[in-house]
Formats: sequence, C-alpha cells, structure tokens
Amino acid sequence: MKPSVPAAPALDALPAVRPDRVPLMLLPVLVLAALPLTGSLSTWVTLTFAGLAMGMIIFIIASGLTLVFGLMDVLNFGHGVFITLGAFLATAVLGRMTGWTESESLTRNLAAVLPAMLAAVVVAGLVGLAFERLIIRPVYGQPLKQIMITMGGMIVGVELIKVVWGPQAIPLPLPAAFRGSFLFGEAAVEKYRLIAVVVGLAVFGAMSWVLGRTKVGLLIRAGVQDREMVESLGYRIGRLFVGVFVAGSALAGLGGVMWGLYQQSVTPEMGGQINVLLFIVIIIGGMGSVGGCFIGALLVGLISNYAGFLAPKVALFSNILLMVAVLLWRPQGLYSVVKR
Amino acid sequence: MILHRLFSGDFPRSRVLLVMLLAIVAGLVLTPFIFPGAKALNVAAKACIFIVLVASFDLLLGYTGIVSFAHTMFFGIGAYGVAIALSHFGPTWAGVAAGVAAALAVSLVLSLVIGLFSLRVKALFYAMITLAVATAFQTLASQLSELTGGEDGLTFKVPELLSPGFSLSEHPFLGVSLDGRLISFYLLIAATVVLFLLMLRIVNSPFGRVLQAIRENEFRAEALGYRTVVYRTLSNVLSAAFATLAGALLALWLRYNGPDTSLSFEIMIDILLMVVIGGMGTLYGSVLGATLFILVQNYLQDLMKFASEGLGKVPLLRDLVHPDRWLLWLGILFVLSVYRFPTGIVGKLRTAARKS
Repeated sequence: MKPSVPAAPALDALPAVRPDRVPLMLLPVLVLAALPLTGSLSTWVTLTFAGLAMGMIIFIIASGLTLVFGLMDVLNFGHGVFITLGAFLATAVLGRMTGWTESESLTRNLAAVLPAMLAAVVVAGLVGLAFERLIIRPVYGQPLKQIMITMGGMIVGVELIKVVWGPQAIPLPLPAAFRGSFLFGEAAVEKYRLIAVVVGLAVFGAMSWVLGRTKVGLLIRAGVQDREMVESLGYRIGRLFVGVFVAGSALAGLGGVMWGLYQQSVTPEMGGQINVLLFIVIIIGGMGSVGGCFIGALLVGLISNYAGFLAPKVALFSNILLMVAVLLWRPQGLYSVVKR
Repeated sequence: MILHRLFSGDFPRSRVLLVMLLAIVAGLVLTPFIFPGAKALNVAAKACIFIVLVASFDLLLGYTGIVSFAHTMFFGIGAYGVAIALSHFGPTWAGVAAGVAAALAVSLVLSLVIGLFSLRVKALFYAMITLAVATAFQTLASQLSELTGGEDGLTFKVPELLSPGFSLSEHPFLGVSLDGRLISFYLLIAATVVLFLLMLRIVNSPFGRVLQAIRENEFRAEALGYRTVVYRTLSNVLSAAFATLAGALLALWLRYNGPDTSLSFEIMIDILLMVVIGGMGTLYGSVLGATLFILVQNYLQDLMKFASEGLGKVPLLRDLVHPDRWLLWLGILFVLSVYRFPTGIVGKLRTAARKS
C-alpha cells in the first residue's frame, strides 16, 4: 500500500468494478465462426443445440466442484461418484415407473422424471454430507492426502454402487414424450436437448440469484475471495462449506440423471470418465468461478460437437487443446477469482 | 560393509519387516521351484515389474511429495517402445535396445516438458493436468492404430533366448525345465534387483535428501538455496525413466502390449494403492505394497468366492464379498491408511521397532 493513502473514502466513492466481458464474447464468436465451417444452417442449428445441451449438463455437474475448491481449496477427485449415484438412482426410480414413462402424456412423464431427479438430488446430497464428514474433513489443508483420499473415496463409492446395482451397464431410456425432435425449418433439434438447455439455464439462474442476491451467496462469494476475512467477521466458514459441498453433490446427482438420460445408459464407470472433462472445465473457467465454469462448460460442449462433426479425430483431443489455448491466453483461467 | 554399500545404508530397520522382505524375495526367486504352474510364475513376474513401477512412483509421491496421475503414461511408453520396435524390426536384441532407448527418449522429453510447465503450480493443479495429459495420451495410443495396434494392441516375438521354445538343456533341473521362460524370469528378477538398488541409491544420496526436504517444506528448502523447480523436475524425469524401464520389462515378459495392459487408469489407481498401503517415502514399502496387492488381486478372489458361497442366503453381505469386489476392500484399506497410518505398513513396523 502506498504511504499517501487518502482518508478512508466514502462507500459510494468506490470505483465500480468493470465487468470483464471478453470471455463472454467467446461463445457468440465460436458459434458464429462455426456457421460457415459446418456449411448448412440446419446442421449448424442441430450441432449448436447439441453442444449447448452437453455444456449445460456439464455445468450443472461442475459448478459445485469449482465452488468447493474456491471456498476451501478442496478439490474433490471423487466428485464423479455423485454423478454415477444420481444416474443409477434414476434407473431405479424410472425402472419402477415404466407405465408412466412409456405413456405418451407429458404430465405422466414429468411425474416420473421429477421424482427421479428429486431422489437423485436428495440422496446425492446426503451422501455428500457423509462424504464430507468421513473423507474430506480429516484432511483439510493437506492437499496431497486430499487428492489421494478423495480418489480412494471414489474407488469405494464405485465399488459400493457395483454391489447394489451390479457392474454392468443399465439402459436408461428417455420417457416417451421426451423422445424425437422438434423441426425448425430443416433443422432437427432433439426434444431432450432443448429440455437440458432449459434445466441448465434454470440452474444457472437459480445459482446466480443465490450467489448474487442473497446473504448466503454474498458470504460464499466473499469466502471464495478471502476466507480469513470472512471468518474474522464472525461467520463460520466451515458450516458454509459443508452447505456448499452438499449442494454441489446434490447438483452432481441431478447432472448424473440428466447425463444418464442423455447417454440413455449408465455404467458404474461413467463418473470417473467424466471427471477429466470436469477438471478441464473448471481449469478453463478459473478455479472457483461459477461464471467461468458456465462459459467453460459451454465452450467444451460446443467445441466437442463442432469438432466431432468437422474432424472426428481432432474431437478426441479438442478439450485438451481448448484448455491449452485458454491457459496460454489467461494462465489463471477465464476468470481468476481466488486470491491465493 | 558391502551390504552397507549395496543398500546405500538404508536397511529395513525392523526385524519383522526384514523377515517379511526376505520371505518375499525368497518366494519370488524360488517361485519356479516351489509353486509350479504358469499362473504362479506370471504372478511372480508381475509382482517384480510392479515393484519397480511402484518404487519409481514412490520416488515422486513419497520422496518428493508430488501427486502425478501420468505415471502409467510412462509405463505405457516403455511397453510400447519395446512392442513397436520388436514388431517392426523382428525379434533381435538390437530391436530391444532400440525400443528401450527410443522409449526413454520420449519419456525424458515428455516428463521434462510436463515438469517445467506445471511443477511450478500447486499440487492440485499438477494432479489435474497430469490426469488430463494421461487421458489424452491413452486416446492417442488407441487412435494411432498403424503404429500401436489400436485397442487390440501388439503381439510380437522376443529374442530367441527369451522365447518359450528355447531350451537350455534337455534335462529338467529339480523338476523344472530350463526353457526361455525361466531365463526370462531370472533376467527379470535381476533387472528388478538392479533397478531397485539403484533407486535406493538415489533416494539416499544428497540429491534424495533435497527431495525429502522439498517434500517436508518447500519454502524452507528454497530459502536454503536449492532451486526447488529444478529438483522437482529432475525427480519427475527420474521417476518417469524408471517407469519406462518397468514398462519395457512388462512388454518383454508378456510378449504383448495394449492400452489396457499398460496405459489404463485402473493401473494408475492400483499403483497409488500399492504405494500408500506399503508405505510412502520408503522404497521397501513398494516391495510390500506391490507384492501384497498382486497376491490379493490374484488370490483373494478365490477366498472371497469361498466366503460368498458360504453366505449364499444373505443378500447384501453376499454381494459385499463377491469375488469381483476385491477392490472395494482394498479401497477401504487405502482410505484408512491415508489418514490412520500414512506411512503405511513399513512406517508402522519401523515405529514399532523403534519403541521396543
């Protein structure tokens, strides 16, 4: 700090933080750049929606991971287990309601899917609570042990899932009304992708509201920026952290249901496979930033769909290439919020 | 005196541990004579290869305190190096040498690049980056099918001396036929011993002390004047080189290599479990951990099958001891080890020996 600091300025004199909109521009730029490459408008619309849907689901899963890291420097390598759990719960719930999922009526389908999602959210949240107590709490502040123990938690979790549901893949068909596509002119957009986009936007909206407009959200954001300052103001950041961890696990469960329906089949390994993708997304977004995570997830979803169409071989590496490119541009990720 | 030099002054320092190690070494060396059959020989060979691999990972994780998930990548590079060289140039020793040399060169460059790029950052970040790189490498290996054989992998012939058809003498020795498999096995044992002692030498050198200092307190090591980035990168490179050699041994033993045998993430998890259960920061831990794990992997299932059939009536319990769930129990042991006894079996034994 300079020695000649003026007397404490009045609150309203604080310069407004100029929002950093450059990363936001990446999305429209990417989407527009893909238009001439894909050649036809209808393909482009289909691919864009597929990318957005995939990105939204990834965002739902990854948002909790990035917030948990931002708050407590805890990176849960076992996050994938909540995804798998959510997806398997969905097969259990929907499997018992085939009468309703197979009926053509949208209300009945929803009446089957919503309880499945609710079950996934509640159970994943509760398991998250136990996971935090048993696995993560004993190793706060020890990154080495934390990496290993969350990995161990994942191994045990996946094996337990295999104990309950067996090691084989289980089909998870979409409810009847969600199948098929809407036609916009020549472009076909699968109904389920549209639903995924809507749910993803809803989650993002709700999360933005909680983080931006409520006191809890204010504390979480402050905690991500400077944990000790929030603690010294008398708030128990530990409790806040448990809450965020549980919410993150619950969201991963919800994301698992959506991902399972997207893939139409679930395997015990699905969570582990998606883990790498999640890490790439939160690194791209900047560890701890929800906005960055949102943009990162959409970028990953869009690019892997465009690349899958234009150059299938490249698509296998598109995420890594994207991460390298972003890190060369901004080494801390798109938005750097963690001041440590 | 000779023993002191051979073991670099780093003895087991616990009578129980010494006995266990001697038993393991004797068991491995005498496997062809006391446990007949191809399965026992394969299990013993796999244990030897994993001892080298796990010890090389311990160099990084236990001694330097770096978590890397790209260790199987280097293991795979070694195995693919030998596999590609032998399937392209035919079964000659020159082919083996070329394959190992090329693999070492690739590992060297890759580990140097990864190290310099990302060892400056925090442990979590490094773990994530290596995870991503390793996944990409695995995809790459299965995509370059002209070179690597894709998902099917490569089957190849090894030099004649090592091939099963080769016979040293018509007469079996102590009931064991002296064929190429036996020669391969003992060459493998010799390589394991040499590589292990070499690593023991490295961790007990002044260089190894600096690595441990970095593990304990990086900031202080830097304040003492050590360029920690250089040391961490060197540790990364060394451990990659030893993993590559372990991979080459694996390929020579199996006469086959594919993505699932050397590159898969399951192997990475296995190595992690072996290091932690055996004891991080003690190379002897890798001997215990690897042997124990391989034995469990191959024989616990039989035991569990027995238990599972015994519990035929009890639904959930029966599934818990189902033979395919052996990893569950090792996983629980792993989690418990990480926070109950982070120094593993070896650490426990040494503490017990010091108290008495």
